[in-house]
Amino acid sequence: MQFIFFLEQVLNGLLIGGYYLLIALGLSLIFSLGGIVNLAHGAFYALGAYGAVVLTQYVGFGGALILSPVLVGLLGIAFERLLLRRFYQSDPILGLLLTFGLAMIAEQIIRMIWGSSPLAYSIPSALKGQVVLGDFIYSRYRLVMLLVVIGAMVGLWFLLNKTAFGRVVRAGTQRPDMVAVLGIRLNHYMTGAVVLGVSLAALAGVLLAPLAGVHPAMGAEIMTAAFVVVVIGGMGSFWGVVLAAILVGVVRGITTFFYPPASEASMYMLMILVLLLRPRGLLGERIERFE
Amino acid sequence: MKEASKSRRQLLQAGSAAGAMALLGLPALVKAQSDKIRIGHLTPLTGFLGPLGEYGTMGIKQAVDEINKAGGITGRQVELLTEDSVNPATAASKAQRMFERDGVMCLLGEINSASGLAISQVALRNKKIFINTGGNSDELRGKSCNKFMFHVECANSMYVNTLGRALLQQGMVKGKSWYFLTADYAFGHDLTRVASRFLAAQGGKIAGEDKVPTDATDYSAYMLKIRQAKPDIVISNLAGTQITSFMKQYSEYGLPFPIAGFGFDTALAWGAGADNFLGTWPVPWHHDVDSPTSKAFVAEFMKRQGKPPENQAWGDYTVMKIMAQAMNDLKSTDSMQIIEHFEKGAQFDILKGRPGYFRGWDHQLMQQMYTLTPKKKGAARDKWDFLQLGAVVPNADESLEIIAPTREENPCNLS
Repeated sequence: MQFIFFLEQVLNGLLIGGYYLLIALGLSLIFSLGGIVNLAHGAFYALGAYGAVVLTQYVGFGGALILSPVLVGLLGIAFERLLLRRFYQSDPILGLLLTFGLAMIAEQIIRMIWGSSPLAYSIPSALKGQVVLGDFIYSRYRLVMLLVVIGAMVGLWFLLNKTAFGRVVRAGTQRPDMVAVLGIRLNHYMTGAVVLGVSLAALAGVLLAPLAGVHPAMGAEIMTAAFVVVVIGGMGSFWGVVLAAILVGVVRGITTFFYPPASEASMYMLMILVLLLRPRGLLGERIERFE
Repeated sequence: MKEASKSRRQLLQAGSAAGAMALLGLPALVKAQSDKIRIGHLTPLTGFLGPLGEYGTMGIKQAVDEINKAGGITGRQVELLTEDSVNPATAASKAQRMFERDGVMCLLGEINSASGLAISQVALRNKKIFINTGGNSDELRGKSCNKFMFHVECANSMYVNTLGRALLQQGMVKGKSWYFLTADYAFGHDLTRVASRFLAAQGGKIAGEDKVPTDATDYSAYMLKIRQAKPDIVISNLAGTQITSFMKQYSEYGLPFPIAGFGFDTALAWGAGADNFLGTWPVPWHHDVDSPTSKAFVAEFMKRQGKPPENQAWGDYTVMKIMAQAMNDLKSTDSMQIIEHFEKGAQFDILKGRPGYFRGWDHQLMQQMYTLTPKKKGAARDKWDFLQLGAVVPNADESLEIIAPTREENPCNLS
């Protein structure tokens, strides 16, 4: 019987892995392509969730799921054009400081507009309920969430690997000078990549709004976890992040089973272990610019 | 050359600005110190307790405005200095600065028990009063009590005894098994310790306990463990935004066991929403409490903020009113005189109909409490009205002290 309970936590860990993938995917994208650790990622996540709360009254949950990431993506254009663009070639620490400051400003703006108290938001009634499979129980909403995550993952992989857009962006990561010599202006492609990254953050915000509290500090809450997943996965690697998210989810599930007080700490221990054995992360690529 | 002249001009500007400040600002400051009564207020405005601190700040600002409008304290206006306490270390240094540089008469506020402890030590060193309005931990009134610290917020024991009475009536204690989810810091540990003592004394047993890190946002793994343990009731000893996430995800998993919680703040239930609110929870005050001063407080708060006050707003509003009344009655702002007045059992209107008083030997405000359960669907007046206010504890004919920790349970020595 004990084994079944253990197995249940491992399977649930896979599901939690989906959650970590969702919050890390956008961060990893901007990190790999622009070389900027976007500490404002959490702020876009929070804006996505607040967008969902506001928009759901008018367009329902389904509408908000699409509209909120699109609106946050538009904000991402301004973010990239006005700010981020100036920092691609400079010392990484500057980009870090810029986005860290932005994250704090965004949190305070949210607090000024909506107040500190969590805003009420629930799972849409159509997705409420549980799925019981033998000894195991799953929430229907989380299964739907997992499908959306897999959809986002496949879509992003396709975009980066099978389209002209993806090829230019990936080439730009390795040799921006070569791309320029070929007569391609990388700027527009970078705007696209950043918009994609922050939209993914907002998508995560919408999907998690019914589960966790919608409050100003929600972005800061997930930021470290997202960052840890990217570091474990390794920079520049798409599948590294996927693998890391699943690993973090499963390790966390198992830790909660045996010793819950360490559940949040487990991912940091995993990160230390991975970095000791593989300093570039699990599947990290060697990127000349950052060496 | 151009650069040099520019910077010289800037220097002149800065210098003249500083000069003007010295001329205008300083006398004003000196004057303010002589005829205004300064009150310091520290409470967390960020982090997982931030939502509650925001209500606390709204409450105390309203109290100060009302006091000033009514003529101030012994004819002097009150000036409120309020800041984010952030964490215990920052709280302590801000407390020291407020006493030393700003010359505040006393400090009010705080929610985090650990920060409250840090502030109380600074207050003790400065021989000035600190009244805690949101830290629940018994230890703050017990082992860590001191002559200069008072408590408007109810102790964990009082929350446990209030909800405990409701659970006894529901037949949820004797011979039943409880599953605890405990916030993994001082407050949660203290609460589960007190609750386990109550449970053991009443003949119940513990089905399991998980300590939940304060930054946890995903509760699915705990839901699975609870489902396996099959307890008679699930007890939340969580704190801050943890409670909101727990309520949402407990309702998501739809587990069949009833829930209750010994730690609670109304704003967190409002944040979870009517669809997700379940169980029985204790509160020191709720905006439906029927007393004239309570109604006046709620009406004015609604006018100012466009939403009803929650229990933390009550705590910080009430503490300011208590302090003003004490200073007015004594015609003094002297800390030692006020402490003596409190310890003698002076009674105060705390918006609950029945007056409250500080207990002399541990400085805890003796007061009534209430329980909240979900309101019947469709009975809500507005989006905040899905909580049904239960009976008052203790009853009108009982001593207020029966829910408070006894001398044996509370090792406080003030002398």
